[in-house]
Amino acid sequence: MGFEETELRLGLPGNGGGGGNGSEVEVVRKRGFCETENVDLKLNLSSKEVTAGADATHDKAKSLINKEKSLLPSDPAKPPAKAQVVGWPPVRSFRKNMLAVQKNSSESSNQTDQKGINGNAVLVKVSMDGAPYLRKVDLSMYKSYQQLSDALAKMFSSFTIGSCGTQGMKDFMNESKMMDLLSGSDYVRTYEDKDGDWMLVGDVPWEMFVESCKRLRIMKGKEAVGLAPRAMEKCKNRS
Amino acid sequence: MNYFPDEVLEQVFDFVTSHRDRNSLSLVCKSWYKLERFSRLKVFIGNCYAISPERTIDRFPGLKSLTLKGKPHFADFNLVPYDWGGYVYPWIQALARNRIGLEELRLKRMVVSDESLELLSRAFENFKSLVLDNCEGFTTGGLAAIAANCRSLRELDLQENEIDDGQWLSCFPESCTSLVSLNFACLKGEINLASLERLVARSPNLKLLRVSRAVPLDTLHNILSRAPQLVDLGIGSYVQDPDSEAFNKLKATILKCKSVKSLSGFLDVAPQCLEAIYPICSNLTSLNLSYAPGIHGLELIKLLRHCTKLQRLWVLDCIGDKGLEVVASTCKELQELRVFPSDLNGVGHAAVTEEGLVAISIGCPKLHSLLYFCQQMTNAALITVAKNCPNFIRFRLCILNPTKPDHVTAQPLDEGFGAVVHACKKLRRLSLSGLLTDRVFLYIGMYAEQLEMLSIAFAGDSDKGMLYVLNGCKKLRKLEIRDCPFGNMALLEDVGKYETMRSLWMSSCEVTLGGCKTIAKKKPMLNVEIINENDQDFCLDDEQRVEKMYLYRTLVGRRDDAPDCVWTLDAS
Repeated sequence: MGFEETELRLGLPGNGGGGGNGSEVEVVRKRGFCETENVDLKLNLSSKEVTAGADATHDKAKSLINKEKSLLPSDPAKPPAKAQVVGWPPVRSFRKNMLAVQKNSSESSNQTDQKGINGNAVLVKVSMDGAPYLRKVDLSMYKSYQQLSDALAKMFSSFTIGSCGTQGMKDFMNESKMMDLLSGSDYVRTYEDKDGDWMLVGDVPWEMFVESCKRLRIMKGKEAVGLAPRAMEKCKNRS
Repeated sequence: MNYFPDEVLEQVFDFVTSHRDRNSLSLVCKSWYKLERFSRLKVFIGNCYAISPERTIDRFPGLKSLTLKGKPHFADFNLVPYDWGGYVYPWIQALARNRIGLEELRLKRMVVSDESLELLSRAFENFKSLVLDNCEGFTTGGLAAIAANCRSLRELDLQENEIDDGQWLSCFPESCTSLVSLNFACLKGEINLASLERLVARSPNLKLLRVSRAVPLDTLHNILSRAPQLVDLGIGSYVQDPDSEAFNKLKATILKCKSVKSLSGFLDVAPQCLEAIYPICSNLTSLNLSYAPGIHGLELIKLLRHCTKLQRLWVLDCIGDKGLEVVASTCKELQELRVFPSDLNGVGHAAVTEEGLVAISIGCPKLHSLLYFCQQMTNAALITVAKNCPNFIRFRLCILNPTKPDHVTAQPLDEGFGAVVHACKKLRRLSLSGLLTDRVFLYIGMYAEQLEMLSIAFAGDSDKGMLYVLNGCKKLRKLEIRDCPFGNMALLEDVGKYETMRSLWMSSCEVTLGGCKTIAKKKPMLNVEIINENDQDFCLDDEQRVEKMYLYRTLVGRRDDAPDCVWTLDAS
């Protein structure tokens, strides 16, 4: 029995799976093999003609059966475009469909991974000393501390003296002034982390920050003095 | 012959429950036949077209439980037209008409319409249990009827069905408190969570609950709080923030579920939450993670290390050989293992190989059922496995490239499978793959004495292969063959053999229309069906090769519900 006789060319996807296992070149040895690929089911759902001589019950049974047939989905699962062998590997369509759905949903959620758990936005409260009310910012919108900084500046520069009328609001007159203030030593950006500790913004990698930040507070320099060294210490202990 | 009065014999017969034993009882003598038929409660029909509903009811008027199977097994793999048949309506209609006290209906690969379910729900007062495995044709409308009308419903098990979704859970009336088992894991749509929670709260006997993906962890927590007596739990969505209070509550609640022996689902999963499950893992005897692609190798391993009492494990091949080694060292009681492929279209990342299987065989000597999808195999590995596990009852190996030889020696896998059939004297079911010649069939014919079901694909060289099997396997009941070079010579050698079997499927083989006609003429007790789905008209030339043939023994002749693409050949 020569090897030729056992050759079977199937043209399977990915050239034989495991790859590199010698020649996977095989011959289609039967007529009609190609014809079985991508079987096009001709769906003929028109009710059968009841032949003469059938009695009433027979008719009824047939019409009920035809009714049942019409309930069947008219678009049965077609073999996937890639596969060239119908029905291989022998896995139930239900299982195949389920896995495909799960794969799709996990792929789309992977793309939003930076957004935190379940692809949701990471909304945290931002308070700035002297501002009349708090704001909320979505950390997942930014990719770096700089971007966050710019956004905060824009956000708090929208406060005007006219609308709030308190002394402290003078500081919030314009964006560039805000930037100066924020980047100067007068204001310190801090955040509360998962453990409830107040930390200095900027010490840890951005992604880690997004994950652990619970709320932001932009403190006035004087109040931050006591905080900063402690925050530094904690970071040092962590790393 | 009757030394005992009928009443005594009946009592004795009560202890005989397996349908095969009951069948044997009925063959002893006429009076035993008569006694047996009136006292049979559970009827199993492996091919719904082998007998008619009327004749079934006539013989077993006292039946309470009916099991029916419809489409051929290869329908699972899209080889059978969707409208082939297997309709349950005529059965339900006949049972209702004859006022049978039906309590349980178990269907596999049948077409079930909403109308059938509605009739079922109204016609049988004591109806208790509905199990639908791999069925289709119904919607949640039908389920709603079951929920609303079956007053003493105990079990509703929807196993791997394709269903259109809608509201049905809320249709269980407030008065329904009898549920023991509810499985709706396969549903894809939204679930009325409040209804579900209320239903669980009023079902004190609930032992099995498998929910669908739409049921989130919060609901799961509420359910578990009310039903810590659950024995079988199927989790839907297992996603939560592990730092949240809700998760802590869940952990505490899970700890109370000491009765859970079977766990499945995890249809969506946040792996960092899996630690909540660890405390109950050591009680588990059954674990099905084959629908949880979100659990990757390492997490899977961590989980499995806790599962020391596991008897049944279903996983995806992302467990890897390493994972299987962990299973081998942890799960000493393992009896059944199924490893499914996670990547059906791609080249594959050599997820599991023969090494994993060998490791399992070394560590788990009690293994008797195997379904293993892998990238590669060797004869040496199979020989080792056979030696280590001589107790196999079911051995199904699927090499993803179906004609791949031994990847080390480049030889066919004949010797490996030969070793399996030789060593495993109790083998009842076998599925082959890989490069195989006629030789493997010679071994099967010689040694597989208990073999009842054989699945062959892309194997063999000549008619001899099929002949070895038909001649040798005396207990063969189901034979299914695809893409093999077997033709009329093998098919027609002993047509009487097919009357001793339930069915024979052959597709993409060498049998011709003439060959099939011959069988149909010689054996009127067989239905020989030709399935022709091609565009061109099927020419009536006897020399033409038949694409798909399905033949089965029957007492009731040709069926009248076959679609146009299915021809039953004439018996005369």
